[in-house]
Amino acid sequence: MAQDFSRFSGTDSYITSPELRHSVNVAAAIERPLLVRGEPGTGKTLLATAIAEDLGLELITWYVKSTSKAADGLYVYDTVKRLQDSRFGDHDVSDIRQYIQLGPLGRALTSERQVVLLIDEIDKADLEFPNDLLHELDVMEFSVVETGDSHRATHRPVVVITSNAEKELPDPFLRRCIFHFIEFPDEDLMTRIVRVHHPKIGKKLLEQCLARFYWLRKVKGLRKRPSTSELVDWIGALLAAGVQPGQLATEIPFLGALIKKEEDVDAVAKAMSGSSGRWPRDDA
Amino acid sequence: MPEISSTTDHAGIFLPFFYRLRSHGLKVTPQQWLTLIEGLARGLHGSSLMGFYSLARGIMVKDEAELDDFDLCFAAHFRGVDAEVTAIEKAVWDWLENPVPPHAIDPEWLKVMDSVDVAALRAEFERRLAEQDERHDGGDYWVGTGGTSAFGHSGGHPGGIRVGGDHGAGTAVQVAAERRYQEHRKDRVLDTRQLSVALTKLRALERTGPADELDLDDTIDSTAREGGELELVFKPPRENRLGLLLAMDIGGSMWPFKELVDTLFSAAHQARHFKQFDHVYFHNCVYERVYGNAAFSEKIQLGELFRRYDRETRLVLVGDAYMYPGEITDRFGAVDWTERNERPGADYLERMRDHFSHCAWLNPMAEHSWDAPSIRLIRRIFPMYPLTVQGVEELARDLARNGGR
Repeated sequence: MAQDFSRFSGTDSYITSPELRHSVNVAAAIERPLLVRGEPGTGKTLLATAIAEDLGLELITWYVKSTSKAADGLYVYDTVKRLQDSRFGDHDVSDIRQYIQLGPLGRALTSERQVVLLIDEIDKADLEFPNDLLHELDVMEFSVVETGDSHRATHRPVVVITSNAEKELPDPFLRRCIFHFIEFPDEDLMTRIVRVHHPKIGKKLLEQCLARFYWLRKVKGLRKRPSTSELVDWIGALLAAGVQPGQLATEIPFLGALIKKEEDVDAVAKAMSGSSGRWPRDDA
Repeated sequence: MPEISSTTDHAGIFLPFFYRLRSHGLKVTPQQWLTLIEGLARGLHGSSLMGFYSLARGIMVKDEAELDDFDLCFAAHFRGVDAEVTAIEKAVWDWLENPVPPHAIDPEWLKVMDSVDVAALRAEFERRLAEQDERHDGGDYWVGTGGTSAFGHSGGHPGGIRVGGDHGAGTAVQVAAERRYQEHRKDRVLDTRQLSVALTKLRALERTGPADELDLDDTIDSTAREGGELELVFKPPRENRLGLLLAMDIGGSMWPFKELVDTLFSAAHQARHFKQFDHVYFHNCVYERVYGNAAFSEKIQLGELFRRYDRETRLVLVGDAYMYPGEITDRFGAVDWTERNERPGADYLERMRDHFSHCAWLNPMAEHSWDAPSIRLIRRIFPMYPLTVQGVEELARDLARNGGR
């Protein structure tokens, strides 16, 4: 609703771009799932945590795996447990409800209060998975076949869905979402992000770290470019080891925190020797 | 609540924009259009073109590859929408009259700021905006981003006019015209994804791993056999056990198809359904050995290749199969004389075919040009498919069904 609009403004530990804030608020206002895409490590998953924190709502997370089924998100009927219990007659198995376990989506739809539901990495599951969720996400209700109970959400949850674009998502699903592509942060935004995590970092060291970082991202032939979360970890390591700003000009300590693939380490070594120790900005 | 404008007004201005998106190839639907109208009726665009831009983008765009097309349409459509531009200009002027100073300000910058005459700046801004007719990043004159011009955003000119960004009153047309998402369009990316989807059809599901799935049929059977004493039977879940080996012809006549083959390669790499994915190289035809790298320095003898990859591995050769027929039919016929093949190339190809129970050949050349003698020779050994999304789909389907033969 309009009076609720613009309610998400980012949190102290999660810095957002104005565009992302707008997308979140639009999705919440017109009650559509927000589909977030972007390079790995740009904070897709953290976004839901930040929204929940900012709006003071509970966060329910559904980590999708390659074996996940849409129905499991609503509830699982534990037939095996019921059969086992029936075996020795020491349990009352007539009440099926005690064998119905709600999944993350089921819990979000039955919650007394409004919640934030994160469906993380939806593209990991089978290609048909998103289509199987369409109905529940549209009408926000479901019924448990075994008991005949039907549940309807009293408050539509704020739904955030992340995808790594590993698989193409089906069109009917996409049409129902608000799409947002998180751009890789520019140096200004990145400076703010790093300062949130490492408030005590010196200005000079931070500048040089960022220069090195963006230089690394431009190295030709990298299979996987380092991401924001890796930068934050790397700077943490540098600070812990007391690395001085000047050191970064000729070497990259703890390179393993940024570059994870062997071929990429070689590519970086080659690029470093190519720049013959000059400050990387000169040849970036 | 902001003022509720009647939806018909919106439709009058924005419906042609919807059709422009459609005619530009974005698959937007009436359902999305209605969502947009709903958003507008609720004032989610904040009565600014910038707000409309991000609202419409979130609803209409479904893939980062479409962002650039959306920006193009938006810039073309809303350039010169008078009413909005007036509103935006007014907002810029209002802001300019009452600038909010940043919290920490460099005294030197302040000096520069003081030296700027606001009236002159405004006149210059209007003049440049009128002159400018395309997107602009960097540089020191035009209104755009990242530059040192006095106008634009993310720039470094002290005392300049910032346009766009957080203020919410920037010109959406300018932002759209920046075409920041150009690098994501790469029609190739789409191809990669389509090919990945096509390749997933290759998978062969088998039951492997720990038995943790209840086998209902067997449970009922065993329980009945035990005279009603419950006997739970479990079975392992279905998993893909399939390995894929790509053998790629590189160099020579394959050069023009490099990009296409790269696309296939990254698609196969992305399709995570394979238990194992590897690739080897050859030139024109396979003889005693293939190569582990494109520089041909890492040799893999065929015997070694067969040891590494069992017969259940799916072999897909990629090449134009276009060569002098003698390279396939003659002893010592290899185009590279260092190969010194004791037997004709066809023999080695047949050995590969006989080892791998499922194999096929992908040809990047168009199907209508497959009547060269060498291609006909190879098609006698391997089933051949064109290297297109459809071709890969057919290949995957045939391999899954009958082993490609």
